[in-house]
Amino acid sequence: MRFLSKFSRQVLIGALLLAPCLTRADWLNFRGPDASGYDATITELPTELSEKTQAWKVALPGRGLSSPLLIGDRVFLTAASGPEQKQLHVLCFAAADGALIWERRFWATGRTMSHKKTNVAAPTAASDGKRIYALYSSNDLICLDLDGRVQWMRGLTLDYPNASNSLGMASSPLVVGDTLVAQIENDSESFAAGFDLLTGANRWKIDRPKSANWTSPVSLRVDGEPVVALQSGDGILGLVPATGSPLFTLPGNASTIPSSAASGDQLIVPANGLTAVRISPDGAEPTALWKEENNRPGTASPLVIGDKVYVINNAGVIACSSLATGERVWRTRLEGGAFSASPVAGNNGHLYVCNEEGVLQAVDLSGAEGKVVSSIALGETVLGTPSLAQGAIYVRSDGHLWKFRK
Amino acid sequence: MNLSSISTSLFVGILSLSSVASAEPWSAPIAHILAVGPEGSGNPDAAEAGQTLTALGSLALLPSLEAMAEANPLARNWLRSVVEAIVADAADSPGSLPIENIKAFLLDRKNDPLARHLAFDLYTLLGPDDAFTLIPGMIDDPSPPLRREAVALQIKEGNRLFAANDKGASVTTFKSALDAARDVDQIDEIAKTLRKGLSQTVDLQRQFGFLSHWNVIGPFDNTDQAGFAKVSPPEESIDLSASYSGKDDKMIAWQPYATSDDYGMVDLNQPYSPLKQVLGYAYTEYDAPAARRAELRLGCKNAWKIWLNGEYLFGRDEYHRGIRIDQYVLPIKLKKGRNTILVKVCQNEQEQDWTVEWQFQLRICDESGSALLATDRPPTPEAAPAPRRPAAPAN
Repeated sequence: MRFLSKFSRQVLIGALLLAPCLTRADWLNFRGPDASGYDATITELPTELSEKTQAWKVALPGRGLSSPLLIGDRVFLTAASGPEQKQLHVLCFAAADGALIWERRFWATGRTMSHKKTNVAAPTAASDGKRIYALYSSNDLICLDLDGRVQWMRGLTLDYPNASNSLGMASSPLVVGDTLVAQIENDSESFAAGFDLLTGANRWKIDRPKSANWTSPVSLRVDGEPVVALQSGDGILGLVPATGSPLFTLPGNASTIPSSAASGDQLIVPANGLTAVRISPDGAEPTALWKEENNRPGTASPLVIGDKVYVINNAGVIACSSLATGERVWRTRLEGGAFSASPVAGNNGHLYVCNEEGVLQAVDLSGAEGKVVSSIALGETVLGTPSLAQGAIYVRSDGHLWKFRK
Repeated sequence: MNLSSISTSLFVGILSLSSVASAEPWSAPIAHILAVGPEGSGNPDAAEAGQTLTALGSLALLPSLEAMAEANPLARNWLRSVVEAIVADAADSPGSLPIENIKAFLLDRKNDPLARHLAFDLYTLLGPDDAFTLIPGMIDDPSPPLRREAVALQIKEGNRLFAANDKGASVTTFKSALDAARDVDQIDEIAKTLRKGLSQTVDLQRQFGFLSHWNVIGPFDNTDQAGFAKVSPPEESIDLSASYSGKDDKMIAWQPYATSDDYGMVDLNQPYSPLKQVLGYAYTEYDAPAARRAELRLGCKNAWKIWLNGEYLFGRDEYHRGIRIDQYVLPIKLKKGRNTILVKVCQNEQEQDWTVEWQFQLRICDESGSALLATDRPPTPEAAPAPRRPAAPAN
């Protein structure tokens, strides 16, 4: 570095030091960081949802409930098309203008039957920031790099022929450390597995309850170590993500639709209404903190922001409760009755959610009660959970992908 | 290892190297992709091979399409990703791609059906504006997605003729479309127009190749779903004159059953009345004109098992998650002459009104979905009740 002046070196070193701080937060899986729905590093989001803040809208080649992944200046999304949804798509768009950068298509190798409300592109893909891991209801699991080069492929129904659900699979995988964790749970050949990120080989595979289950894994930290929590009708199973070794169990009737929310070493579980537990580092059964039978999530998963828990019930009412005690702080009715999408939030005092009729809404959480401060009717059915980036909200329907920006 | 075996190994090695050296540049990478197997085996080599093939560009496009004929479903997807990456990389110079070779590949019916449909997509995207003119000639194409394109055109033409009140020509067009159609949604659409709009008779059961005549026996016990795994007498041997001790020790015997349902539904609630925690068997014989590969295609929302010629094929213990035509596709080998088919259908303990069904539908067809009718197929039973059908396919 002899040719660099002292000043240049200082600038370069400063830039290198600052680089991590300036890195835009990525949204790498269903419900973002740790599958929690909340990203504290996102400080700016539009609070006005209107044509004015709609940055772009692009048509999609197929249906899907999956959420967009946001990595750097790119948006990644899955879809399925064709008379029996046998054509699988992975799409990459430019975040700036929605231009299609690349698309890869695959033939489904597993069963594509599903309830008509859902579809084959129901699970949200996952990423480690370097690769996309796209999972479909057909149990096709496809890894591509960010430029669309296929890295590996698995046909999990080819490998495990009774692993399917005639209503459709929907659990979204999650990257934890160097393992991709997926729940392939159903009435017949039910399992969860950890896949090697580079080769797709099984790192571990365990039997799971033989029962349909649409919940997704969440990650939390116990004593600083990552733990994956798998939810099912039998309760919660905590695992070491790299090995699949069991760490703890929480028996009970957990929901098979809304997933848990993690916050540090606490887990908020849709079970018996809503149940909060603290995970013990010694592998003992989790410590019960509180249970609120009257705070029952509908399809949407609960969301933890700071010291509050937010739950949307089947009537379209959102309730805010204390994370410490479970006691209700307020509740208010959202626009529209049915919500399949889960709420998401950054650190700007608002949460965002879209009802099934496609009304995307911003809820101000700063007052004594929550208030829908802005909404926009997208004019299409929306069942997928929005994704957030610094300054932007992305949401998809079966037909389109939208970006709203501050 | 003695000297002789070392010499032999060296010789084989030299031969292999020389064969790779003389092979085309795409040969080895395609071989790596074709070698992908279960549980992720071969993925690292396939990834490297995919990059090699993509870097070869248009040179590797046709070989990749051609290799799909010998590819398993995963390898076929690997090859598709190569083809699409090559085409994407050539976006700025589409003239560098072998358009006419792609067209020739598309028109050669010996090639892989899905690969040909991909070639059709590419030709539509890249070729001259004559792709549309190729579609009518695909009406009897062995590739289901290509045939679908041609059937869609005929449906459109039939509707145009119907709207123009040319009913005779409309009937002719729709009947031609029905003969050609293999996809359930298209067959449904055509049959509906022929029946309701044009007052024509349509034998949907025969069109699909559903098996309509059975012998059934039940109920056996399926308390706590334990009967699914338990071997009952019909699984050991078929004797249609035999009686057995069924659920609650009641004696049960085989009885004939024929379905007139458009979609071949065999409804065990009809002979036995709605029951819970029971199971039954259905047995039929199928006379094949020649030995051949075929597919058993089953729809069932109960737990089930199936045997062909006494050999267990597959089973599934899922209850009441949905049913549709061709829900499960089982590749089989029919033998010439008499083939036997035994289906076990289990009902569980659920009491909701959407868990009453205890039924299945089964057809035999080729890989394109074309019905394969038994030489001794009896006529479709008449006096059909009100049309009924399973839940519509997703989409």
